[in-house]
Amino acid sequence: MSEAAAPPRYAVADRAPRRWSEAALRWETILVVLLALTVAGNTALSPYFLDLGNLLDATFNFSEKAMIALGVALLIVVRDIDLSVAAIVALVSLAMGLTAEAGAGAWALLAVALGVGGACGAVNGALTTALGLPAIVVTIGTMSLFRGVAQVALGDQALTKYPDALLAVGQGYVGYNVPWSFATFLVLALVIGFGLHMTTLGRRIFAIGANPVAARFSGVPVARIRFGLFVLSGLLSGLAAWFLTGRIGSTRPNIAMGWELEAVTVAILGGISIAGGAGTIAGVVLAVFVLGLTTFGLSLMNVPGIVINVLLGGLLIVALAAPILARRWLERRR
Amino acid sequence: MRREIWLAAIVLALVVGVGLRAPAFVTPSSLLGVLSDTSFLFMLALAEMAVLLTRGIDLSIAANLALTGMVAALVNRAAPGVPIAVVLGLAVGFGAGLGAFNAALIAGLGIPPIVVTLGTLAIYRGLIFVIAHGAWLTSKDMSPAFLAVPKAEFLGLSSLVWIAAGVSLAFWVYLNHTSAGRALYAVGGNPVAARYCGVDLARQQGVVYTLSGAVAGLCGYLWVSRYGIAYSDIAIGYELTVVAACVIGGVSIAGGVGTVPGALLGALFLGIVVNALPVIDVSPFWQMAISGAVILAAVIVNSRSEKSAGKLILPEARRAAGSV
Repeated sequence: MSEAAAPPRYAVADRAPRRWSEAALRWETILVVLLALTVAGNTALSPYFLDLGNLLDATFNFSEKAMIALGVALLIVVRDIDLSVAAIVALVSLAMGLTAEAGAGAWALLAVALGVGGACGAVNGALTTALGLPAIVVTIGTMSLFRGVAQVALGDQALTKYPDALLAVGQGYVGYNVPWSFATFLVLALVIGFGLHMTTLGRRIFAIGANPVAARFSGVPVARIRFGLFVLSGLLSGLAAWFLTGRIGSTRPNIAMGWELEAVTVAILGGISIAGGAGTIAGVVLAVFVLGLTTFGLSLMNVPGIVINVLLGGLLIVALAAPILARRWLERRR
Repeated sequence: MRREIWLAAIVLALVVGVGLRAPAFVTPSSLLGVLSDTSFLFMLALAEMAVLLTRGIDLSIAANLALTGMVAALVNRAAPGVPIAVVLGLAVGFGAGLGAFNAALIAGLGIPPIVVTLGTLAIYRGLIFVIAHGAWLTSKDMSPAFLAVPKAEFLGLSSLVWIAAGVSLAFWVYLNHTSAGRALYAVGGNPVAARYCGVDLARQQGVVYTLSGAVAGLCGYLWVSRYGIAYSDIAIGYELTVVAACVIGGVSIAGGVGTVPGALLGALFLGIVVNALPVIDVSPFWQMAISGAVILAAVIVNSRSEKSAGKLILPEARRAAGSV
């Protein structure tokens, strides 16, 4: 009965061993295949598709939405959702338009955009965390409220007096033909991806999504983190509004109409589980490219936008249904 | 029942308040007009409520309405001689088919309802454009019989109100007096306990999404024939108004809570706000902001009342137990 040198009964590895079969069945792998198919299909169909300048210009159309989707994705990870993001864009754009008429410059407008966006996010966060209300209902309500305020203030008018510096950011390039909005999105994706996958805060976010009660009992400040993510979502919407307003140079009440559903679609297609606690930023970025390039390719072929929506809706459903059907088929064969 | 009484009092106060500013609003003919206008919201809110009871959501309900309306209009244009009863039946059946597609994905494959109906929302909307080749169908493309149904009146009430009343009665009987209806409350209140009692979630989901589709189909025909126009944007965004009516009516998004009178009053509240704003010289642009504020107020009130109401499931049984 010597006490020393007894080998441990169980060896607990830090992580499960990596297997090729698992890597092949990962959602991100499916997205990479989808992306490759999109690029190959579009290249075969249109000679204008595979052109670096064209592709970079195409990013103008989805970079703002993609920024918003990052914030929505994080909220879905913690089992919340933000349907008011597009309405925040409208309200922020209104605030920008009013301050621009008072003579504010592009950077002052950025401060306004982030301030108003963050405040809207804080309203959502306070209602969901302090009052314990379901996020989906709260943000349906604030969606109406925020866009409603913009509608009351604007009526059927449009605000168009924006400084040239703002238009230069919204429509301009950094370095070799890379739009500012796209570059910003990439940096944001890297920062948020790092934060979610490589920091304690990120692990806590997943813990909340997997089991909020257990996370709370483990000392995770659940309410504070959820509140912070709502504010982040508001800030990202504000930033997107800054770029969007600069790109189109005007504010109308229907600006960014329907973008909340597109942001949710991107997040879900990106593999963020609607039940919370699972997903990667890499997946979301891949989904942004799949959806963005599909849309670009189809519009090159003069397919109307609403028909593109049919295909994107179908893509969302097929992407979710196919793995389930495949798994069932495999199980039946066994 | 208490919160429905409160809600009814608020609706009444709203009518009286508007009436003081604009007496023309409270004349019987004006109020009946409001009722006719709100008929769609009554029916759709009830259908949505059945879905919400099971902890689901149907975001495709307005897109289904618009697509079915277009199909009905196309059928009517292609064959004006087909009796309206057949068109109506076709619309209900087609809508139910679209709903069954949702049901197959949700109940059959287990994909979350919000994801499925978000996808089918885009698909159904886009299909309107595809099947009509982007065209708008106006009342000129519709037969007189097709357009006559919503204009018909019986005992001073428009047919829309009668149909909405019939649908409401059917929902009331279904949800309160059939075991199939009570099963919806069971799966929403506690899916695990419901499963142990032999109530299957997938089966209930199959029923409610198909039902929601059928009601959307019915409303689709009625909407197109009432407004005399069918194109890809009719009732756009209306799914959120429908959900809002439910929330205002005290239906819980978390499932298992909601009553027919509540949903009807929630819809009536929104209907009155929409119709009253122009009458009292408030810009219609206020409508969206007001409904947003009301939704937030309603959900705050709901969360307070749900806390106490959730425990008192069988007051009679408790009283009986207490008296022993």
